[in-house]
Amino acid sequence: MAKAAAIAGSTDPPQSRERRPELIGVGSLLGTGILLTAIAARWVSGVVAIGALALVAGAIVTLVMVALTGSPDTKRKLAPYGLLKPGMLWLALFYLAPLVTLFRLSLSTLPSRFAVEAEFDFNFGNFTRAFTDFGPQFTRAFIYAGIATVLTILIGYPLAYVIAFRGGRYRTLLLGIVVIPFFTSFLIRAIAWRSLLADTGQVVQLVEAFKLSGLFETLGIMNNGRILNTPAAVIGGLTYNFLPFMVLPIYVSLEKVDPRLVDAAKDLYSTSISAFRKVVLPLSIPGVFAGTLLTFIPAAGDFVNALYLGSPGTTMIGNSIQDQFLVQNDLPLASAMSFVLMAMITVFVLIYSKFFGTEDLT
Amino acid sequence: MSAPISKRGRIARWALNLFAAAVLLYLFTPIIWIVAFSFNEPAGRFNIAWQRFTLDNWRDPFSNQGLTEAFVQSLRIAVLSTSVATVLGSMIAIALSRYSFKGSGPLNFLLVLPITTPEIVLGSSLAAMFLDWDINRGFATVLIAHIMFQVSFVALTVRARVRGFDWTLEHAAQDLGAKPLRTFWKVTFPLILPGILAAALLSFALSIDDFIITLFNAGSLSTFPIYIDGSFKVRFPPQINVLATTILLASVIVMVVGLLWGQRSRRQQS
Repeated sequence: MAKAAAIAGSTDPPQSRERRPELIGVGSLLGTGILLTAIAARWVSGVVAIGALALVAGAIVTLVMVALTGSPDTKRKLAPYGLLKPGMLWLALFYLAPLVTLFRLSLSTLPSRFAVEAEFDFNFGNFTRAFTDFGPQFTRAFIYAGIATVLTILIGYPLAYVIAFRGGRYRTLLLGIVVIPFFTSFLIRAIAWRSLLADTGQVVQLVEAFKLSGLFETLGIMNNGRILNTPAAVIGGLTYNFLPFMVLPIYVSLEKVDPRLVDAAKDLYSTSISAFRKVVLPLSIPGVFAGTLLTFIPAAGDFVNALYLGSPGTTMIGNSIQDQFLVQNDLPLASAMSFVLMAMITVFVLIYSKFFGTEDLT
Repeated sequence: MSAPISKRGRIARWALNLFAAAVLLYLFTPIIWIVAFSFNEPAGRFNIAWQRFTLDNWRDPFSNQGLTEAFVQSLRIAVLSTSVATVLGSMIAIALSRYSFKGSGPLNFLLVLPITTPEIVLGSSLAAMFLDWDINRGFATVLIAHIMFQVSFVALTVRARVRGFDWTLEHAAQDLGAKPLRTFWKVTFPLILPGILAAALLSFALSIDDFIITLFNAGSLSTFPIYIDGSFKVRFPPQINVLATTILLASVIVMVVGLLWGQRSRRQQS
């Protein structure tokens, strides 16, 4: 920290003149980012915090001064750091610092049942409670999100395929049609599904009209003639909600596939199916990979679908976090649960990208 | 097509096309419900059972005061947060794609992180920090939260759009004597503007629709989604469907205009 600030304070020896603008840029950005995070997360407080704030201001002023007084070359080298700085500091202050705060709170204790201020004392009990009290919610969150992700691939892939290879000049229009439903509030969409799936709703009526109740019961979609409040309803809601996040990345990767590759495979006596399996499918894996991340991660943390379409027996970890945080006011426990959720998702992403990973994720 | 298509192949093609059409229908099922029920005359406080057709809800979309206030609040937050986030995010995107410099790898990573973090973690951690600071949550905290998730989104979207941009155009302008700032406003900016506008529109939609992060940081503030969630247990007025349909129509219009504009500029280029 001190080193970064010292660099920002332009006390480095003159022999590094060539690299100085870059050093000032990197140092100022890193230094202010780390210092701001530290102050915001209350690692440092009191006089130290004021000193740190002064350093932050100093680093920014130095960057501006050097950029204003420097040669055109210096200016050009400093430009990217100046452009990055406001946005990146925003992320440091309102993304990184909250996560640090969350971690500190997850190891804190509430002095009494009604206390608001938690005290930091390396209390790992919150993590133990997160696992022992909310095991089923964690399990459900990951199982529901997993099933929903597989379903979005099964439903979304054919759609993306048809748009990419048969959409012709209407491809952009078709993509727009896929996205349009998601411009209405997703709460209202959940309420719409709630009404459609209700016991007197249109979906149950259709199922009964076609005498499919037996089939739906054996598939586990229906439970005693009901669809609403079953796990199937929650999974269905998640699937619906995240479908475009699967369709769009798969479409993007399919769009890049040259149709002549398929023709070439067929000229070499490949059947349509094996041409798809050996040529198109491998080339679209990056899209499926990105879509899986964009679907699974938010689905695992979602609580709206479980709230509107589920029952107390289908609550996911998101419901529990929201309840502990906003209703029970047990901030340390809610923080520990959030942290475990994030850690589990990170582990999942790491393992998953080890198997399917591609370089250009972004 | 090089090879002739067999009968079985043709059936398979039709089956696949039919499946895609069915998926599109599935995507629109709740939308049809929302639009249809905006023309319903509800029997009680809940607009969830079909009674009869009426235009009254559309004639008087703002009759529900709480809902209207929440809707206006959402619009205000979306306008403000999108303006700030678009500027900050576009600056990051330009820095990352225009210049090669030390530390761009970790910075890219930091940008992707907020998008791969579950919303509930983003919302709860930010709220935890505001509680820790003893700050009352409300309009300002919601605004801060929205800008936070929009900045990453705008930066990544704009960066993807300007990936193929020919930065030597700037050299050309400067060789002809234009100052760097003038070069930016006269050459670079007009060319990357469509990408920036697209990112701004999408992040506007994200802001208006955000519920999870907002819920944690709203305190007593009511936004459109928060009002819907809060009122759903006691009443569900048809005006909600009217406003939702209006948002839908507005986005469709914006999208169509964008598409036509894109086609026109492509035709001009060729």
